[in-house]
Amino acid sequence: MSERMGFFTDTSVCIGCKACEVACKEWNDVPDDGFVFRATSYDNTGALGASTWRHVAFIENGDGWLMSSDVCKHCTDAACLDVCPTGALFRTEFDTVVVQSDVCNGCGYCVPACPYGVIDRREGDGRAWKCTMCYDRLRGGLEPACAKACPTDSIQFGPLDELRERAAARVAGLHAAGRTEARLYGEDPADGVGGDGAFFLLMAEPETYGLPPDPVVTTRDLPAMWRWAAAAALSMVGVTVLATAGRRR
Amino acid sequence: MAECHPVGFQWVMEAKARGTKVFHIDPRFTRTSAMADHHVPIRAGSDIVLLGALINHVLSGGHDFREYVLAYTNAADIVSAEFRDTEDLDGLFSGFDAESRTYDPASWSYEPAEEGEAAPRGGEHAGGGRHHAETARPDQYGSGGATAHPRPRRDETLTHPRCVYQLLKRHFSRYSPEMVEQMCGIPAADFHRLAAAVVAASGREHTTAWVYSVGWTQHTVGVQYIRSAAILQLLLGNMGRPGGGILALRGHASIQGSTDIPTLFNILPGYLPMPKAGVNRGLEEYLAHAATDTGFWGNKRSYLVSLLKSWWGDAATAANDYCYDYLPRLTGDHGTYSTVLGQIDGTVKGYFVVGENPAVGSSGGRTQRLGLAGLEWLVVRDMTLIETATFWRDGPEIETGELRPEDIGTEVFFLPAASHVEKEGTFTQTQRLLQWREKAVEPPGDCRSDLWFYYHLGKRIRQRLADDEIDRPLRDLTWDYPEHGESREPSAEAVLREINGTGPDGRALSSYLDLKADGSTRCGCWIYCGVYADEVNQAARRKPGGEQSLVAPEWGWAWPLNRRMLYNRASADPRGRPWSERKAYVWWDEERGEWTGADVPDFERDKSPDYRPPPGATAQAAISGTDPFIMQADGKGWLFAPSGLGDGPLPAHYEPHESPLPNLLYGQRANPARKIYDRPETPYNPAGSSRFPYVLTTYRLTEHHTAGGMSRTLPYLAELQPEMFCEVSPELAAERGLVNGGWATIVTSRAAIEARVLVSGRVRALRLQGRTIHQVGVPYHWGWAGGGVVTGDAANDLMPIVLDPNVYIQEGKASTCDIRPGRRPTGRALLDLIEEYRRE
Repeated sequence: MSERMGFFTDTSVCIGCKACEVACKEWNDVPDDGFVFRATSYDNTGALGASTWRHVAFIENGDGWLMSSDVCKHCTDAACLDVCPTGALFRTEFDTVVVQSDVCNGCGYCVPACPYGVIDRREGDGRAWKCTMCYDRLRGGLEPACAKACPTDSIQFGPLDELRERAAARVAGLHAAGRTEARLYGEDPADGVGGDGAFFLLMAEPETYGLPPDPVVTTRDLPAMWRWAAAAALSMVGVTVLATAGRRR
Repeated sequence: MAECHPVGFQWVMEAKARGTKVFHIDPRFTRTSAMADHHVPIRAGSDIVLLGALINHVLSGGHDFREYVLAYTNAADIVSAEFRDTEDLDGLFSGFDAESRTYDPASWSYEPAEEGEAAPRGGEHAGGGRHHAETARPDQYGSGGATAHPRPRRDETLTHPRCVYQLLKRHFSRYSPEMVEQMCGIPAADFHRLAAAVVAASGREHTTAWVYSVGWTQHTVGVQYIRSAAILQLLLGNMGRPGGGILALRGHASIQGSTDIPTLFNILPGYLPMPKAGVNRGLEEYLAHAATDTGFWGNKRSYLVSLLKSWWGDAATAANDYCYDYLPRLTGDHGTYSTVLGQIDGTVKGYFVVGENPAVGSSGGRTQRLGLAGLEWLVVRDMTLIETATFWRDGPEIETGELRPEDIGTEVFFLPAASHVEKEGTFTQTQRLLQWREKAVEPPGDCRSDLWFYYHLGKRIRQRLADDEIDRPLRDLTWDYPEHGESREPSAEAVLREINGTGPDGRALSSYLDLKADGSTRCGCWIYCGVYADEVNQAARRKPGGEQSLVAPEWGWAWPLNRRMLYNRASADPRGRPWSERKAYVWWDEERGEWTGADVPDFERDKSPDYRPPPGATAQAAISGTDPFIMQADGKGWLFAPSGLGDGPLPAHYEPHESPLPNLLYGQRANPARKIYDRPETPYNPAGSSRFPYVLTTYRLTEHHTAGGMSRTLPYLAELQPEMFCEVSPELAAERGLVNGGWATIVTSRAAIEARVLVSGRVRALRLQGRTIHQVGVPYHWGWAGGGVVTGDAANDLMPIVLDPNVYIQEGKASTCDIRPGRRPTGRALLDLIEEYRRE
């Protein structure tokens, strides 16, 4: 396994050009997501989904405009992967989470499992789709298409440890410049998903961008649940044994 | 800039990261505003008030870079006693003829140093602009350099009441922060913050750059907007220095290239003027009138003769004036809009439309389409079946019943074009940088490059020529490029080499200084000479920036002579020393006796700062060692333009042709020299009309390209902005009952179009002159068809045809409109609605 690779999306320098959305679709051959005027500022793709793997949000906050390119978080503890019954979702040698479209059977278990609402099934196709962090490009030694296309380096790609250091320095710099609203999101390995492989520098509360403030891997309680279930099963066995024993007696 | 040039904007972001302050002055709150330190909303069409107030702030506060101003500008030059300013004539300059609506610029000229002193070559240009005005019209002022006396009388103390500095001071004295507040809607505090920042970031240690785009040019005073910025930058010493300048962001790829090797009617390659019928008889007469004699335009004979030799080869000889008489002659204004009106009038029979979509993309869409319908034949070359090719069967006039396909006699030829990745060649961008690109894939089917089209069209025409004398210019043309591949594609490199030019030995030239007037050299565009130096395609160089100096001279090739910054002699003081260590760029090396530095010096390499021209000197020999602006007749930066402009030597604020407000500065409301067309096809909204109370402005979005032919057709772009919309403030929405996500109908005297509504706090209602001014913004990317996956009404249908008098650009950025909730009517009812507005 090589180093863990990730995205650091610094929204403080995002100019909202949507080059990431287009580059992603071009490279990964993702179909259009419909032609709907949403009247939500300059955002007409709405949210991440089966046919939108990078999504640029435009948040009008009074006298300004927050722009931010969202993407699959490639969680350390990825619930989508945990619940996938076919093994279509797997963890790559770059420690990213990828769906193999030729294995996915479209069961859709992964969809409610994602704490961020990222992965989705595509209508008419049925299978689950999401960002692969351009797995094929990574294997070819290239950076993902979105990061490559980003003109202002708002989307940075690299070894996760390095990105975390860079992000910490950037936040410190913004704080020193009086931009105390700057904060990191998803960079902490101690958070509910064990840290994101794709984390962000935000200029407002996560909720402002439609991000859950405290995401938790939905399968977190599974081991405990299994323990409870096992204990329950064991006690049932005990009861049965006792009952049987009783009958013998 | 972030909105329309996101890739270039990365450098603004980088500058910002290094501490640069960014102000964004725009009626609209864009992606640029979001990234700027300060967004300054302004009423569309009022920028000269703001720029004039900045000039006034610099002059009245003594903030000008005095040493630079004295040495490098015409501040000390004394202007004729005949000159009258707008302050004297309530908004007019001296020389205005009300009947022809034109200026005679004679009174704007300099006073000669000595009474009756002969200017070079028999006093031809001693009269300042008079001669120029007689022989050329404003449409030629952009070419060949404006004429002026090279040695006017000067007052180095800048106190003479008629010196340029004092004229400027008086002219702008009423452009005050209060006026800015009343005219632009910018509060005085915001103005003071901007003014202080500009002054603080100028001088020896600092420079300020201004970046503009068509938001500044598409006005009836468009050229004077840029002049205002030039005056400000010259006063602050921000020209020819690193980090300074005025950057024009272009509308599409290689627009710079299409003026260098022009698609404009009034210039030849390299900004040589196009000959005029009746006044440019013969080569000698042309050269006498074409450009200045002093400064580098003084070599115009070499430039033109080499061009003629390039076009007509061996047929061009000294005996036949190098085929000068083969050049077509201008008989007047042949600009886009006069051409379209000519189509309606039946004087223009045929039309080539290449990479444009005028039926949607030009002002006055209906007029454009009526023009197309009046043609005998129309050739459209594009990648998709754009509206200009289909207007006759599905245009808005068909829907309203104004036109019927069976009545339109225009024969339309649609020819599929290769895209930029399907052909080789160069792009020339705004920095004058030529970048060669390879062909990535073969064009599909019958798609062909523009080069292929014109080359083979030329070949076929030549095959059909008779021996008729009138066809001789075409027969004699050099038209023989190597062809390759199945489609017989001509070699673009051979064309580039021809443009570069060759010497008597047939080898590629390396500098325009080597061009000769004796017919021994050939050059297709003098400013591009050197792009093929040493027989190497210099534009194809791609050495990464990290592997070379900050100036990156080995990436592509910039004209002229690979200089990355024009007039960079001004980055050193008059004695040739850098103004400061921090801003060192090009300087005089006393020991080696030459100019050196980070860039190619824009000065004769061995011309010492001590050089003074001898009397009667011409061309570059007439430029002193301290004059950086070497294309000007006097080598100076012009604060005051004694000639070269059709609407005044200084910028003055005039209201847009259609404006809801009076002009508080002068009795003269709008630019007196603007080009107005009294035509039924394209009526105007009355100024100050209560029927059209809102300011209307058009613009672009990151997601689309111009009239949409290259973006509405692409699902990945179309889904990002799928519908035509308008942007309005919450206050205007409340006033007119507009609902976010609903529909609105926008009406002018020309058209009524519908758009979805985007209500946003980003759109500011402006308070000025005791009232609230609302601005309606519309992107112009949509049209009714165009092979697009998304369609919508065209914003340009709303716009008037009224032009700047210098360059004939339309006023696309500031007019008036009404806006009402709901969709527009269709068919006859739509015409009735517009008629109703016209009547009132």
